[in-house]
Amino acid sequence: MTDMKEPLIPVVGVVTDIRIDTPDVKTFRVVTPEGKKAFAHKPGQCAMLSVPGVGEAMFSITSSPTNEEYMEFSIKKCGCVTEWLHAMEVGQQITIRGPLGNGFPVDTAFAGHDMLFIAGGIGLAPLRSVINYCRHYRDRYGKIDIVYGSRSKQDLVDYQEIIDEWAGDEGVNVYLTIDREQPEWDGHVGFVPNYVKELGFSTDKIAVLCGPPIMIKFTLAGLMELGFDKTQVYTTMELRMKCGIGKCGRCNIGSKYVCKDGPVFRCDQLDELPDEY
Amino acid sequence: MRKIAVSRIQELFAAIAAGQTLYLPVDTKAGAKFEQWESGKQLSSALNTVRSAKDFFFPQTENLMDFRVEGKKIEIIDTRRESEDFVLFGVRACDVRSFTVLDRVFLAEPVDTYYKNRREHGLIMSMSCTRPAETCFCGTFGIDAAEPEGDVVCHMTADTLYLDAKTEKGSALLEGLSALTEDCAAEDEAAVERHRELSHERLSKLPLASLSADRFGADKTDEFFNDPAWKSLSEACLGCGTCTFVCPTCQCYDIQDFDTGHGVKRFRCWDSCMYSDFTKMSAGQPRLTQLERFRQRFMHKLVYYPTNNDGLFSCVGCGRCLSKCPIQMNIVKVMKQLGGKQND
Amino acid sequence: MQEITREAILARAAELFRDGTVDRALGWRAGEFDYDVTPGVFTSAEELENGFVWNDFCGANFSKYLIRETGLTEKKVLVFLKPCDTYSFNQLLTEHRFAREKVYAVGVPCAGMADPRLLRERFDGVTAAESAEGGVLVHTLYDGDVTLPQEELLADRCRNCKSRKHVAYDELLGSDGEVLDSHRFDEVERLERMTPDERFAFWQNELSRCIRCNACRDVCPACTCEKCVFDNPASGAANKAPSSSFEEQMFHIIRAFHVAGRCTDCGECSRVCPQHIPLHLLNRKFIRDIDRFYGEYQAGAEVGSRAPIVDYTEGDIEPGQAVEGGARHA
Repeated sequence: MTDMKEPLIPVVGVVTDIRIDTPDVKTFRVVTPEGKKAFAHKPGQCAMLSVPGVGEAMFSITSSPTNEEYMEFSIKKCGCVTEWLHAMEVGQQITIRGPLGNGFPVDTAFAGHDMLFIAGGIGLAPLRSVINYCRHYRDRYGKIDIVYGSRSKQDLVDYQEIIDEWAGDEGVNVYLTIDREQPEWDGHVGFVPNYVKELGFSTDKIAVLCGPPIMIKFTLAGLMELGFDKTQVYTTMELRMKCGIGKCGRCNIGSKYVCKDGPVFRCDQLDELPDEY
Repeated sequence: MRKIAVSRIQELFAAIAAGQTLYLPVDTKAGAKFEQWESGKQLSSALNTVRSAKDFFFPQTENLMDFRVEGKKIEIIDTRRESEDFVLFGVRACDVRSFTVLDRVFLAEPVDTYYKNRREHGLIMSMSCTRPAETCFCGTFGIDAAEPEGDVVCHMTADTLYLDAKTEKGSALLEGLSALTEDCAAEDEAAVERHRELSHERLSKLPLASLSADRFGADKTDEFFNDPAWKSLSEACLGCGTCTFVCPTCQCYDIQDFDTGHGVKRFRCWDSCMYSDFTKMSAGQPRLTQLERFRQRFMHKLVYYPTNNDGLFSCVGCGRCLSKCPIQMNIVKVMKQLGGKQND
Repeated sequence: MQEITREAILARAAELFRDGTVDRALGWRAGEFDYDVTPGVFTSAEELENGFVWNDFCGANFSKYLIRETGLTEKKVLVFLKPCDTYSFNQLLTEHRFAREKVYAVGVPCAGMADPRLLRERFDGVTAAESAEGGVLVHTLYDGDVTLPQEELLADRCRNCKSRKHVAYDELLGSDGEVLDSHRFDEVERLERMTPDERFAFWQNELSRCIRCNACRDVCPACTCEKCVFDNPASGAANKAPSSSFEEQMFHIIRAFHVAGRCTDCGECSRVCPQHIPLHLLNRKFIRDIDRFYGEYQAGAEVGSRAPIVDYTEGDIEPGQAVEGGARHA
């Protein structure tokens, strides 16, 4: 019994690089003490990171599975564990367990389709993994549109990667927006839901949304106006979690456990859940 | 089936305890409680224990692992140990069924090895009920208190204890006790049958005997989620964890770290969906009021759990919440009032 | 048997709903059996007529519910208060936990309430327990119908009732009683006569049963913090696990300190404890010590009174004496 693998016991991870993305978001690169990736994952899956004595928390894995050397986590400072993580220096060990959750259906429902990614703020973190996966297997997907907005230019996560890499790819269109005018910004200004409507995407594609609940709500409504069906729209949810394996009960909504049955849901599946998220 | 005179029950306990740790219900000032048997400890005459038998497989707190932290380095120490063999004697039919309910959660992939370890080392000697209480309604969930599940099923008449092995594990135990017990004859079978009939007759006369769970079950979320009755049902709820903690099937837990000063222990402890901080996040709270938390507990037992588990309910009708809730609210009142119709 | 009948209470409640004084009432709601009475909010005289119950099992103290209910209506909330409940009512007013003008308080005399546990301890399968000539008529599954004198079912806190006098009400149904010369400190004195080791063993045994359900705290009219320190992860003291027996003692002792001087001795903590821990004795010890150190003080006896431990006077006991403990000071 005690030689069986226990899903609640993590492995040690070493933070080998820390990138400051925005005033409250940092991206951490994590490998095992042997310098390897801790485990394989699918885009959209999560991992529990912990600092012993402080606690464990669930984060989406922001690097693409196609990166076979390390994992990355873009983390916003907003609680005990994240505050501690933000105060870390390179070389710090943490614990990591996963992969947790279902991930995006990149090889089934998404395969062969045009993709529209829509993110707000830190909501880009879970999408970065799937965007880079689609870019890596470019021939498996059609056109890729990315709409990303944040409060200000400084709050755009992965700004440099977006400008330097994504925007230059063939068949990839990036649309950035910020909430309010600011001096060093000559791009679009306005909220994400309105921008999506302005851009008026055709409905022959799959949309993936991630961001604050209010953004999801209005963007989804906007997509419906454009003629999208809920079965074409995917999102990823966040609730309080402890075990990450569908047992501790915390993220239970209706008959689903967000940690195990999610965090990725198709919007028509969300409609079947009681309105409690 | 084997038998032994009730007057020799202490000899039986001693023989079982010689091979493994034996736990049985004993009387205390605060009601019956499972305790480790030692010479002279008497079996309780109470119908059931205040706390359920789930504690043996899913204890209120348990250490999961230790960490040694030195500078930037972390060492994870797996503190799991093979459980000792133990026997639970006198478990009632409701509590035995609760193990099945818990198994569906903890033994589903990925398996919880802490639970599995104890479950595999535990042997259940169940006991049929002859004096069910007014708060009992196990029949509502298809449980027969006169014929419990378990490795060894026991029936106790005024003078004889009958032992019926139902699993290989149970047979092996009884084999080891064969010097102490006698084989049963046809008249013994008849005595057990009369015992069962008496139980069934009493069970059929219980005030909650006609309570039905038929209206509930898998995929009934829409029927009950927005029922106006939740408001009045939940309005006096204190938000304490009594119902959750005495419940044999409630299995929500929390994981926390404790810094001992010499290292960090990561432990898990029972948690309650009735608590205001159960779903609280730094970025919000999906269940804002006690109504939502209260509803979650009962919807989970009556609808969500059955949806995921082939219609099996996550209530075994033990009645503990009926006798322990500080405001006397409980699943029976909920079942009777939901859906705007009386369920009598 | 209670002095006032259900009908008398309902008749007055109906008038108060009819004349628009109140639009909601806190009352006891009938359960499956006579003794599983649930506190409830009634929003009309008809609802009361259908679900309200007044019998020997109406122990629940509604004072704490007023904090929430008074915030939910423009009108007044009707509340029925037994004498002991009125002390909690006053104490909550002293602490400004609800507005007095949002409440219409009807005092109801109380002859003491029965403890359903005592019923369960005596009989297997109690299906009903009604007031009858000569006491309480108990219907049981296995022992037939038995009539017991009410005293035998009386809850411990009612045996040691401190007062049958209402200290707050807008109107009183029936007659008022007197502050009683109770024996409620006898048990405290018994504990005080123990050696420290005996006393430690007593509490360790009692508190070892705690399952940390928080029922004592959640029912306590003196525990009305919006966010309890034990629920607040930021406090450093949050802990929902009895990770050691020491932790449990800390929880109950810290709670006793937090309510010291404010606890009216309503006994709800012990009533609701699923593990029969006599938690009220911790609070009673504080009350006893405060009485001895500063002169007799009853929290909630009047609105606005300052508890001696938050009110400095020159005659206050010196810390050195206090440290010796109340029993020695007496």
